[in-house]
Amino acid sequence: MKKFISEDGLVLPLDRANVDTDYIIPKQFLKSIKRTGFGKNLFDEARYLDKGLPDADCSGRPLNPDFVMNQPRYKGVSILLARENFGCGSSREHAPWALDDYGFRCVIAPSFADIFFNNCVKNGILLIVLEEKIVDKLFSETTANEGYSLAVDLPSQTITTPDGEAIAFEIEESRKNILLNGLDDISLTLQNKDDIQAFEAGWQQKAPWLFSQPGT
Amino acid sequence: MAGLTLYDKLWESHLVKNLDDGTSLIYIDLHFLHEVTSPQAFEGLRLAGRKPWRAGANMATPDHNVPTTKDERSRGVEGILDPTSKIQVKSLDSNCVEFGISEFQIDDPRHGIVHVIGPEQGRTLPGMTIVCGDSHTSTHGALGALAHGIGTSEVEHVLATQCLVQKKAKNMLIKVNGQLNPGVTAKDVVLAIIGHIGTAGGTGYTIEFGGEAIQSLSVEGRMTVCNMAIEAGARAGIVAVDEKTIEYVKGRPFAPTGATWDQAAVAWRDLVSDADAEFDAVVELEAADIVPQVSWGTSPEMVAPVTGNVPDPASMSNESKRNNYLQALKYMGLEAGIPIQSIQLDRVFIGSCTNSRIEDLRAAAAVVKGRKVATNIKEALVVPGSGLVKAQAELEGLDKIFTEAGLQWREPGCSMCLAMNADQLGEGEHCASTSNRNFEGRQGFGGRTHLVSPAMAAAAAVHGHFVDVREIELN
Repeated sequence: MKKFISEDGLVLPLDRANVDTDYIIPKQFLKSIKRTGFGKNLFDEARYLDKGLPDADCSGRPLNPDFVMNQPRYKGVSILLARENFGCGSSREHAPWALDDYGFRCVIAPSFADIFFNNCVKNGILLIVLEEKIVDKLFSETTANEGYSLAVDLPSQTITTPDGEAIAFEIEESRKNILLNGLDDISLTLQNKDDIQAFEAGWQQKAPWLFSQPGT
Repeated sequence: MAGLTLYDKLWESHLVKNLDDGTSLIYIDLHFLHEVTSPQAFEGLRLAGRKPWRAGANMATPDHNVPTTKDERSRGVEGILDPTSKIQVKSLDSNCVEFGISEFQIDDPRHGIVHVIGPEQGRTLPGMTIVCGDSHTSTHGALGALAHGIGTSEVEHVLATQCLVQKKAKNMLIKVNGQLNPGVTAKDVVLAIIGHIGTAGGTGYTIEFGGEAIQSLSVEGRMTVCNMAIEAGARAGIVAVDEKTIEYVKGRPFAPTGATWDQAAVAWRDLVSDADAEFDAVVELEAADIVPQVSWGTSPEMVAPVTGNVPDPASMSNESKRNNYLQALKYMGLEAGIPIQSIQLDRVFIGSCTNSRIEDLRAAAAVVKGRKVATNIKEALVVPGSGLVKAQAELEGLDKIFTEAGLQWREPGCSMCLAMNADQLGEGEHCASTSNRNFEGRQGFGGRTHLVSPAMAAAAAVHGHFVDVREIELN
């Protein structure tokens, strides 16, 4: 799995609350059976003026000039600054796949939806929760200063602003460990194989109907 | 020490072990799969040379992007016109064969939306842990199961290990006191709850829905409520087991029988929160205050009573919320302050894992019986949740009631709830929909969704705009 250690990059301010996973990647692109190639359709309905079709070449599509990501100053961004409840809605992992494929390595917001949070960790994307007033300040600074970048460092759990201010952030130890080491969590879980088998045997004794459904 | 909540009991009974880093390994009893979120997980297994831990604990069906017209469906998987959809459905079929997973294929009479067929078949049982690569897996919590959506990486993880690494959520109780008024349904209850606590109100919690009004709902109605727990931010919603739950499960094809049934039923009766259980948060609503709900905006928390008006953002003090509401009104093409009943509609959709069960179809049919769809409605779809729901409805003559009124009677699938197939809204069109999400573009590029109950959708179909279903006399 992909690691996250640090990221020093340009910041995109997406000033919109409750960004849902349909907004991040609309459903017509979910027909792919691959994990890659979703970046060109990230935020498709806000980003382009026409209706996006799966497998279409996006290079000639009309861009929405009002959508923040289309402004030239935000070319090459890798940190997304967002509002509360980012990633709500569907459990589609295509949302983090699209963010990753576009080049985002880190998202900062006051809050995230639960399923989306897990899905990002599985894809080496660091989600940082900060207090609303700090997020507000970062929005102002990003918007006011072209080329605004942040340096995110996971081992020390700090974000450093261009003028040297350090902002500390919290992260659960388990998630930090997975991100820093890029661990394959299936292999990790299978290290507990004996425990799972022992649990299963006991559970079958206790609830045999769960192991005897027809055809199972 | 305080007693245990239902969620505590379900968690503890499935706890394999607590891990050193504060997470826990939780055993998963049942895993549903569909065509959209599973192909990359199967590919992951193949690449790593892994096999399912317990193939029999999985069940698959294609539902998200299957067509719903009789013409396409009459030729099974080969009849799917969209080539990429066909590849995805065929991939599910071949993956299930390769990995030994049972599947109700597109032409199986038991096929349908995964969250409809699980309970219908008795695969979903009280006390289970259930996951699926779909956020509306919370539906199954209506039977006293701990059920929630997962992403594709976790689909692969469950296939390979039968477990998930989780951190325990907090406990929230949402109590709906008293009895609902006539014409007010489970859908109105859950929309009112989301309107009350907000779309992130349940984030980090498992919500137990309780109180007299919830207890009075049928098991199908409870599914509608739990289905939309995720729209309040909670991954899982649950309802305590009672005699209705046990009666619902009894006799279903995959339910236990004989002595095992007796043993199971005894265990299931304990699936309630202890009287002295403590919740981290408790929210109470009065059932009598709830009237039929209509969503006016682009988040399920943006709801109003059918007797009310579209809110005016100018009156809001919170700037972020005001901007949010302004964005929503702009997208929806609505003016602040107008009566909900003045919103003109273009399409109607009755279906989805929220509202496509037999009781939903009966409620909708009762309203349209002997009436005609209004002339401004371009299309009104009724999409049953499963082949068996469809067959039952036809047995009761509901299909005739719908078609005589001018609604289309379709084949089962997710259909216009997420519009992955050809069932979509046109740009700018308003739709009365019994589904669960009114996000921008959800039902089609530029489409405008209004979430309502099946009876409210049916009434809107007949009138061409929203009306208070309580004022309609049934024929």
